Amino acid sequence: MKTKTPSRLEKVLASGHFAVTSECGPPRGSDPEVIIKKANLIKDHVDAVNITDNQTSVTRMCSLAACIRLKMLGLDPVLQMVTRDRNRIALQSDILGAASFDIHNILCLSGDHQSFGDCKTGQNVHDLDSMQLIQTVKKMRDEAKFLGGDDIKRPPQMFIGAAANPFADPFEIRVPRLAKKIAAGVEFVQTQCIYNLDKFEEWMKIARDRGLHKNVYILAGMTPFKSAGMARYMKNRVPGMDVPDEVVKRIAGVPKENQAEEGINICVESIQRLKEVEGVSGFHVMAIEWEEKVPEIVERAGLYPRPAVE
Amino acid sequence: MIVADKKPIEEIVEEVNHVKSLLIAGCNECVTVCEAGGKKEVGILASALRMYFLNQGREVKVDEVTLERQCDHEYLEEIRNIVEQYDAVVSMACGVGIQFLAEEYPKLPVYPGVNTCFMGATEKRGLWVERCQGCGRCILAKTGAVCPITRCAKRLMNGPCGGSSKGKCEINQDIECAWQLIIDRLKALGRLDEYEKLFPIKDWSTDRAGGPRKVVREDIQL
Amino acid sequence: MRLQYPTNINIIRVPCTGKVDILHILRAFEKGADGVYAVGCMEGDCHYNTGNLRARKRIEQAAKILDTVGVGGQRVQMRNLSSGEGPLFVKYAKEIVEQIKELGPNPLKQAKAGIQKEKNAA
Repeated sequence: MKTKTPSRLEKVLASGHFAVTSECGPPRGSDPEVIIKKANLIKDHVDAVNITDNQTSVTRMCSLAACIRLKMLGLDPVLQMVTRDRNRIALQSDILGAASFDIHNILCLSGDHQSFGDCKTGQNVHDLDSMQLIQTVKKMRDEAKFLGGDDIKRPPQMFIGAAANPFADPFEIRVPRLAKKIAAGVEFVQTQCIYNLDKFEEWMKIARDRGLHKNVYILAGMTPFKSAGMARYMKNRVPGMDVPDEVVKRIAGVPKENQAEEGINICVESIQRLKEVEGVSGFHVMAIEWEEKVPEIVERAGLYPRPAVE
Repeated sequence: MIVADKKPIEEIVEEVNHVKSLLIAGCNECVTVCEAGGKKEVGILASALRMYFLNQGREVKVDEVTLERQCDHEYLEEIRNIVEQYDAVVSMACGVGIQFLAEEYPKLPVYPGVNTCFMGATEKRGLWVERCQGCGRCILAKTGAVCPITRCAKRLMNGPCGGSSKGKCEINQDIECAWQLIIDRLKALGRLDEYEKLFPIKDWSTDRAGGPRKVVREDIQL
Repeated sequence: MRLQYPTNINIIRVPCTGKVDILHILRAFEKGADGVYAVGCMEGDCHYNTGNLRARKRIEQAAKILDTVGVGGQRVQMRNLSSGEGPLFVKYAKEIVEQIKELGPNPLKQAKAGIQKEKNAA
């Protein structure tokens, strides 16, 4: 087992176990209890917890502060960082800040456009894009250099992640895009929520044909539907989301009071199927504002208990 | 060309409400092509303002002039003999022309008569689209002559993002995904393999970020 | 048909309503017209394809400006008919004259007179 960082997530993956990650959205206020409560719901069932960075461009408590809260609880946080809100000075500075608290995972993203959020009239930065942020973290870690070329004392030790969306268009560049992120230095990816398993498997096959699964840990993104309404919303309203009709039909086909349960069933079955897919290294379970369901999903999917690594 | 849009008359009125005489100055270049600040639009604004002032029971002299260009000292000289009789000028040139006019006549109040929008082209009559942000370091050679800095809402150098759907941008179904266009174009050129080359971190110092920019050409300066 | 239409209408002939410019309309009001209306061919029947559609857009634009400057956008309108519809022409003429009369005279005339009066007094 060879790891580059002290990240628990990296250790779990390197030891050949399926990894399980989840995520928490920080509150729209300064109460730390919100994030602590969410984390406590899932902490025994996951290896690492992503903290979103002002997701959908809605202003929230910063990802870094929330990550520090998790770190203080003994969890392994994944610092999500979008290039929308910070230039290269702020990005590098926040990376160092996180590293000073021994936060060992980072997820490099470009971020949703600000027009989706609560500051539609604001500027966006995009000094770097997500691939360039990956390169930046790698340079800071492996070369102990800032982008400007100066040396970093006590460089960050971060396991470098990114998102991958097998379902966005154009499909033909979706695997090349993964290859590009790997070339930039990414070590794990968490995918967009998977509902179209056939398409995901097709994407995985193309990735395997190129041997990419040997160069990056792929964590399959899983989000249980709470209701048929949510399934329809994800299908019709969320760009880059692929929800097949059968899935919507299946959840809509059960009485309303059983839809949440059916959503969990679908999620668990999907995980079980994807566990068999070569190259899938783990699961990123995003139960949106439904964190209390993560333990059940993880247990039913046969991913519990989580391995002890050190 | 530089594309400008009409400024609401109410906004212009608010700025020039106090004057007794006003010159509306159009420009024969870009703003004429995009029908925002040429001779015709000068006539319309002048007529509207004359009616407005008259309706307020005030006699305000509102005259019209349209220069060949306002982004050129030479043409701005043409009004030197007449501008002094006016309390203010509303320039219907782009932001460049407005400022050049003001610089030419330091004591003359100059107000904008249009909203200057972007560098673009006429897609069809009544539809102008942006194509360049003047970053000062053109990358079109590498992107199949489609500019991601201008046309991607996140100006991704290594796109498309996960929001590209059926060729459209996630922020609006009316916006084409720049990276879909780039990929289509690279494919048409038989250069899709270049897609996997990582775009290096961009030097934005020649962009707005570097502060006000100049192009100095000593080879043609005297 | 010797049809009568109101005598306070001054007809300006153009080859097509597409020739009517927004400036023509605005100038008419500056010069004291109480109302302006354009009578074009039926939509879809323009000899030049889109002349009457352009005219409608310009009328709308002029109406907006007249509203903004306080003259009143209802004073400018568009009507469509085909060349054989003399009685309809008369009907529209009467209708519009009635509407404009209800709106009263162009406020600019009064304003101009007021300014003149002040000048004379001074």
